[in-house]
Formats: sequence, C-alpha cells, structure tokens
Amino acid sequence: MDINLVAVASQALNQVSHDFWPIMPELFLLTAASIVLILDVFSTDLDRKLTYNLSQFILLVTGIMIVFQFPSSQDFLYHRHFIHDPLSATLKISMVVLTGIALMFARPYILQRRILRGEYYLLHLFALLGMMLLVSGSSLLSLYLGLELMSLCLYALVAMNRREKLSAEAAVKYFVMGAIASGFILYGISFVYGVTGKIHVADIAAFLNDNEASLTLRFALVFIVTGLAFKFGAVPFQMWVPDVYHGAPTSTTVFLASAPKVAAFGLAIRILVFGFAGALIDWQSLLIILAVLSMVVGNLVALAQTNIKRLLAYSAIAHIGYFLLGFIAGNTQGYTASLFYILTYAITSLGGFGCLIYMAKGQQEVSQIDDLKGLGQRNPWAGLLVSFLFLSMAGLPPFVGFWAKLEVIKAVLNVDGLIWLALVAAFMSIIGLFYYLKVVKVIFFDKAENDTRIRAERSLRLGLGITSISVIALGLFPSQLLEFCKQAFQYI
Amino acid sequence: MLTQIPILSLLIWLPLIGGFLVLFGPGDKLLVWSQRISIFVSILILLLSGLLLYMFNGASGEMELSEVAQWIPSLNINYSLGVDGIAVPLIVLTGFINLLVIIGAIGSIKFRRAQYFSATLVLTGLMNGVFAAQDAILFYVFWEAMLIPMFLMIGVWGGPNRIYATIKFFLFTFFGSIFMLVALIYMGSSIGSFNIADMQKMPLSLLEQTWIFVAFVAAFAVKIPMVPVHTWLPDAHVEAPTGGSVILAAIMLKMGGYGFLRFALPITPDAASEYAWLLIAFSLVAIAYIGFVALAQQDMKKLIAYSSIAHMGFVTLGTFIIFNLASVDISSMALQGAMIQMISHGLISGALFFSIGVLYDRVHSRNIADYGGVINSMPIFGALMMLFVLANAGLPGTSGFIGEFFVILASFQTDWRIALVAATTLILGAAYSLWLYKRVIFGKPLNDTIERLEDINSREKVILFSLAILILALGIFPQPLIEIMQPSLEVLLELTDSKIVEVAVGGAH
Repeated sequence: MDINLVAVASQALNQVSHDFWPIMPELFLLTAASIVLILDVFSTDLDRKLTYNLSQFILLVTGIMIVFQFPSSQDFLYHRHFIHDPLSATLKISMVVLTGIALMFARPYILQRRILRGEYYLLHLFALLGMMLLVSGSSLLSLYLGLELMSLCLYALVAMNRREKLSAEAAVKYFVMGAIASGFILYGISFVYGVTGKIHVADIAAFLNDNEASLTLRFALVFIVTGLAFKFGAVPFQMWVPDVYHGAPTSTTVFLASAPKVAAFGLAIRILVFGFAGALIDWQSLLIILAVLSMVVGNLVALAQTNIKRLLAYSAIAHIGYFLLGFIAGNTQGYTASLFYILTYAITSLGGFGCLIYMAKGQQEVSQIDDLKGLGQRNPWAGLLVSFLFLSMAGLPPFVGFWAKLEVIKAVLNVDGLIWLALVAAFMSIIGLFYYLKVVKVIFFDKAENDTRIRAERSLRLGLGITSISVIALGLFPSQLLEFCKQAFQYI
Repeated sequence: MLTQIPILSLLIWLPLIGGFLVLFGPGDKLLVWSQRISIFVSILILLLSGLLLYMFNGASGEMELSEVAQWIPSLNINYSLGVDGIAVPLIVLTGFINLLVIIGAIGSIKFRRAQYFSATLVLTGLMNGVFAAQDAILFYVFWEAMLIPMFLMIGVWGGPNRIYATIKFFLFTFFGSIFMLVALIYMGSSIGSFNIADMQKMPLSLLEQTWIFVAFVAAFAVKIPMVPVHTWLPDAHVEAPTGGSVILAAIMLKMGGYGFLRFALPITPDAASEYAWLLIAFSLVAIAYIGFVALAQQDMKKLIAYSSIAHMGFVTLGTFIIFNLASVDISSMALQGAMIQMISHGLISGALFFSIGVLYDRVHSRNIADYGGVINSMPIFGALMMLFVLANAGLPGTSGFIGEFFVILASFQTDWRIALVAATTLILGAAYSLWLYKRVIFGKPLNDTIERLEDINSREKVILFSLAILILALGIFPQPLIEIMQPSLEVLLELTDSKIVEVAVGGAH
C-alpha cells in the first residue's frame, strides 16, 4: 500500500521537472535581491554604497549564469509555463546589461537628491526579475505574472520622488494607465481562454492551426494588442509617455526607456508570434495603424518640444513606430530586425537620458534643450559622445541607428504591398532628423553661458562612455549584434 | 609589389585616423603639432593619390585596385572598394583640394583651428570613400556620414546666419538620399547583393526603374544641385568658412554628377532615357536662368554659388543628352564634357572661393559694394583672379572652356535649340564673372582700407598659383585626363542600353 503510494507520488513528481538549472538565474536573482533587501535595512552605510555594489554584483552573476546556461534548443518546462530558448536567453542578457548601465546612471543621481534609498536599486532588480519571467513565459498566466511584477516595480520607481509635484502626477498617471493596459490584456486573455479553453501559447497556436480565428478571438486579439500598445507607448495609446518620462526622476526615465521596452518586445513575440501566428493578418493590420500613427505623431509633436525630456519621450514614441515595422513584416527576418531595433534603441536612449544626468548640476536638473548649450565647448569629448547618440537616433551612418532603420525598412520592403510603409518611414525620418539636429546644434554651435568644465562622477562618465562608444562601435561593426539577434529566432 | 598596397583603404582611413588623431591628440592646446600632423597627413594623401594615378591602368575601363572584405555577411554587405576612370580623377582632385584647404585654414581660421583641421581631414576620408565604394550600402554610409563634418564646419566656423544654412543643407541632402536608401535596399534585397556592379546588371521593369530613378534623382539632383532643389547651395556657400565653401563647390557638388554616372544611368537606363527631356530642361533652366540670377547678386560668394549651379547644369546636360544621341562617339564626347566640367569646375570654383577668402580675411566683407580698386594694392592677386574669372567665363585655353564646349557640341547633334540655350552661358558667364571682377578689382581704391591692403602672402601664393597652373594645364592639355576616363565612359555607355527584356510580340502586324 505504502509502496504503491510512493510509486504514484514519484510518478507524479517525475512529471514535474526536477531540473532547476534553466530557472537558476531567476532563482538566484530573487534570493540574492531579497537578502540584500534585508541587509540594506540593517546597513548603517549612509551612502548605500554597499547596496549599489551588491546590486551590480548580483547583476553580474545573473548575467554570467545566463551566458553559461545558454540553451541550444527550445524547451518548455515546469508544466510548460516556462520556456527556455535562445530568444529568452538573448533578451535576458540584454536586459541585465541595460539594467546594469541604468544603475550606473542612477547612482550619482539619487545620491544628490533626497531619494537615496536602498530600495531604489533593489526595485530595479525586482523589475528585472519580472522582465526575465516575462520573456520566458509560455502561458498567458506566466506572461501576465511577469508583466505585473515588472510594472509594479516601475510604478514604485516613478513614484520615488514623492515630494516633487510633477513626479507624483507622473506616478499616478503611470499607475492608472498601466493598470488600464494590464486590464485590457487580462480581458483579452479571458476571452482567449473562453474561446479556446487553452492557456499555453503553444496550445493556442495549435488551436488556430486547426480552426479559423473566430470573431470573438479576434475581438480578444484587439484587446491584447491595445494593451501591448499601451505598454509600448504607441499612438494612440501614448498619452502617458511624455508626462511620465518628464515627471519621473531622470534616473528612472533612463531605466524606463530601456530594459522594459525589450521586455515588452518579448511579451509581444510570445503572444503574437508564438500564440497568434495563425491570426497574423489580423494583428498585422492593427500594427500597421499603430506604426504609421506613432511615426507620424511622434515625430511631428517632437518638433514642437522645448523640453528635452519630452522631446526624447516623443522621439521614443516615433521609434516604437519604426520598431513595429519589423513585426508587421511577419517573418523571422522582420522579428530579427525588430529585436535589433529595440536593442539599439534601448542602448541609445540609455545614453540620451543619461546625458541629462551627466549635465545636471547638483540639485539643478537639465530640462530645456537650451540647457545643453555649449556642451561641445565646455567638454568637447562629452559633446561629441552625446551628439553621437542623437545622430544615431536620427538614423545616420556610421552609427548603429542607421543599421536598425535599414533592417526594418528592408523587412517591410520584402513584403508585397507594403512599400508605401517604407516610404512613410523614410519620410518621417527626415522630420526626425530636424529635431535631433536641433539638439546637436545647441551642443556645438551655441555659446556656453559658463565655461566651467563639467565634473561628473566616474560611474556617469563610464555609463555615457559605454553607451556612446557602443553606438559608434556597433555602427562600424554591426555584424555581431545582428548575428546575436538572428540566432534568437532559430526556433520560430 | 606596389599593387599589394591597399591604396584605396589608405586613402580613406589615413585622413580619418589623422583627423581623429588631431582632435584627440594635440588638439587646440598644442596647435603647432596639430598643424604639423594635418599638413603631414595631407601631403601624404596627395602623394598617395599621385601613386593611385600611377598604379591605375585604365585601359580596360573596368574596376581596378579592388579590395573586398566581408562586412556584414548576413545581409551580404561587403567592404568593397574599387576605382575606374570616372572615380580616379575625382579622388586626385579631393586629395589636392584637401591640402589647399588645410594650408588655407592656417591663416584664416581664428578659433578651434585644430578641430577645423580634423573636420577637414575626416571629410576628405569620407569623400574618398564615396568615390571608391563599390558596395551600395558602403557608398551610402560614406555619403551620409560626410554630411556630419560638413554640418559642423558650417555651423561652427560659418557666418552670422550659419545655423539656418547648415540645417537647411543637412535636411535637403538627407531628404534626397533617404529615398535613395529605400531604392538601394529594394534592389539589394531582391537580388541578394548590394554590389553596385550586380545592381547595374539586374533586370528591372520600366515601372521599377521609374521609381528607382526618381529616388536617384532626388538624391543626386539635390547634391549637384539642379534647379528646383538648388536653394540650399547659395545659403550654405555664403555662410560656410572659406575652406568649407571650397570643399562644397570643388568636391561635394561633384558627387551628384558622379552619382548620376555610377547609379542612375547604368541601373535605370530606360527610365533615364524616358525622362531625360525633363532633366535636360532643368539643366537648361539652370544654365540660362541661374546665369541671370548670378548677374543680380550683391554678395561675391552668392554670385559664385549661383555660377556653380549654372556650371553644374552642363554636367547634367552632358549626362542626359546621351539618350538623344545616336552615335556612340558623340555620346561619349558628351560624357567627357560632363566629366571634364566636373574636374575643371572643382578647380575654378575652388580658386574663386579661395580668392574671395583672401579678400574676406582682409576686409571682412563679402559685399561687392565694399570693394573697388583692389588691383592698386594687390597686383599679384588681381592678376591671378583675372585668370580664375576668365576660366569661369569659359575662356579657351583654360579648363573651363573644354567641358562646356564638348557639351554644347554634343547637344548640337540633337537639337540646335538646346545648344542655343546652353550657349547663352558664354555670354552670361562672361557677363557676371567679368562684371564681378570689374567692380571688385578695377577702378580707383574705394577707401583707405582698400588702398592699404597687403598683397597675398606666401601661403596664399602657394594655393592660388597651384590652382592657376592646373587650370591652365588642363585647359591647354586635357588629353591625359580624357585618356584616363575614356575607356570607363565607354563601358558606362554600354550599360546604358535598354535593360527591359524584349518580349516577343505575337500576332500579325
């Protein structure tokens, strides 16, 4: 009797994977971050130096772990809620690196302001955990779980500077909008479950293979795409982007504009491509509208901005438009292009927002474009590096932004009947160029109000250096990054 | 052994590395060293381009001195270089002008001089890249990247309205070229190769050709510039520092012409022949109408800028008239005319902008009305400028004559009316050039400042005399230049034959 029970139990257990190796980075990140959280409470270190260093160390170890267990196949694990494939590992490595650089920018910023808390770093780590789960999610539930973990941490990060009115407003706005977006996605998910009775993306794909996409399912898809568009900040769901980017502490904006975008890309891939590949026609037409509107509205409104953070926010909206072009192509080449685009954009915008922290003097923030005046004169090196970033955003060679644009345009050109989309993208990038040039103009041509050299902390210089040098280095030798993106999609 | 030197790569990377070395090495603090490095690198570039001339055979008309290395294998984009008889003269011209600009900057640039040297050198490297690239995307990378140093050059060292001018310059050029990029990607992804030679051979339907041709025209017509899209040039020229104007006029404008020859004609011959009339019409408008516009200018630089547009009209006229010509000999003469006009205009307009720079450094005005009687205090300068102005007017014996003469002669074979309009340049060119000269140089000294001007110093002598010698040499003895490019132009003419595969028409007629 007893033996029988044991046999049954062990059989049941055997179905559950014992292998914790694939999820090790997440487990490590969770444990280590929790330990540091406790350590931080008892730490007497006023500078929170220990917390910062430990956080960076955790990121390093996590990154190394992901590299070491880089998968060579596509495995569905843990009751198929978790997917372990090159794509997830690729995205995870990128997000770890981006988070690390974002922390470099955050360190001196929060030191000088009254938001110096250990949690600030740890929230980054927990957000990263959410993102890592998100890009590995292979059922609608685990995807949603990851998304919510990430979003909650981001809400808190935006709200960190609660004494600041603008910041508080941004936090509320971000929270409400984010909650609505999550609601949309959840609503869509419930419909999907109702129609198909499945929760795993692979099952949904199989269902769509056998059946036509019914009207209800397409209805659900609209909700999911809308929710995704909210998260990406694509027009017409972009209203929160400028306010949040503007109001949040700059160091949070740096983070917001980088790693979460990559995670959102992972979410979109997992749902739309892994789950709804059968309904490609349906979501493709939705994305075309979003892409065109984002490119047009983002670029045109950015023209009128005088606040540099808002300018970068609208430029982010425009970039999402370009990024969606790869998705619209609906093939591996297109997804590769999109991944390349979002990765390079994340690096560039890290640097772009980071340079605002670099320029900030003590408590004073850089808010207007004119505050960058004469950077080229005061610090020729920094001026040059910052203009590299802006020229890369404009898509000029020999910077990496050029290859990103080339890739997405190539992807849509290969689809019949979408040449007009490539032309719209090309045309809007001319308008984009204008406001990026305006920033470069301010940096190089306008006279500085004071001639003092900017003295920035080492971690800031390092962060700015890494981002802008990688923008030019990847621009000259894009091949490796392209291959890196390409191998992520070998199982689609 | 000599053939193993990667001379084209050297011509591209040497100035680029030199430029960054100056910027991040001695910089403005150790100006003497920046100066020495820049001059050393520039002389080296000139010597290398001389070596290129020596190494280049040119008898076959095919690409020579090719270098190919994988760059982005997944997109099949290669780092592929090569030159033919069309590119070689332009690369040599670039090397030559670069040295003169560097020498000229020593006297006339007063602040951030090391950065100016660096911008010039970087620009030179990128321009050599444009002429040497044999991969369409590589070409585009150089083509766009080149805008950045020029943008900074006009914006930092330019005149009072420099910011408007430089942004306009950048946006206009970018506007044209982004659509070319779309066209290049379209072609590249449909044949799976971005090699320019492969694109020249690819079959395209008339509809495709038309759209691609429109994209090419958008890119190259802005650059050259042709009439409706020429307005950035006067602004950019007026605001740019002397060296910037010289590079713009002498080399950058030539890239438009080069692009037509390298891309538009061989890749889209049918569309080009279909719409040749339109481009010929715009060329004629440039020649005649812009000639009148030049006549009305009050600003010396603006006058030369408009005269540049008029002269570049001959390049486009010579390029597109070939579709109306039956005989290969005359077509090749028209193309020769266009090419010689490009080289010669590079020298003449460079010389004129340097001359204006000489005056500007002394009087700090570009207004014609602020001058008069300069000959009294600057006789040597007056004599040299006489030569440049006459060359600009197309005087036989100077290089300015040959190109225009060839093109007019070729256009006579199609329609005497085209030739008639084109020939108005002989009158208009003489009128605005000589009138400019008369107002600035002749007469009594206008005021004390003019009376006490110092004649050109040895640095300026080097610049102006070397240009004068070349203008005369090319004018009297153009044969070596023609020999270099003749075979390549013939190869090009073969490529302009119709690409559309004839579909056998069934049924009775």
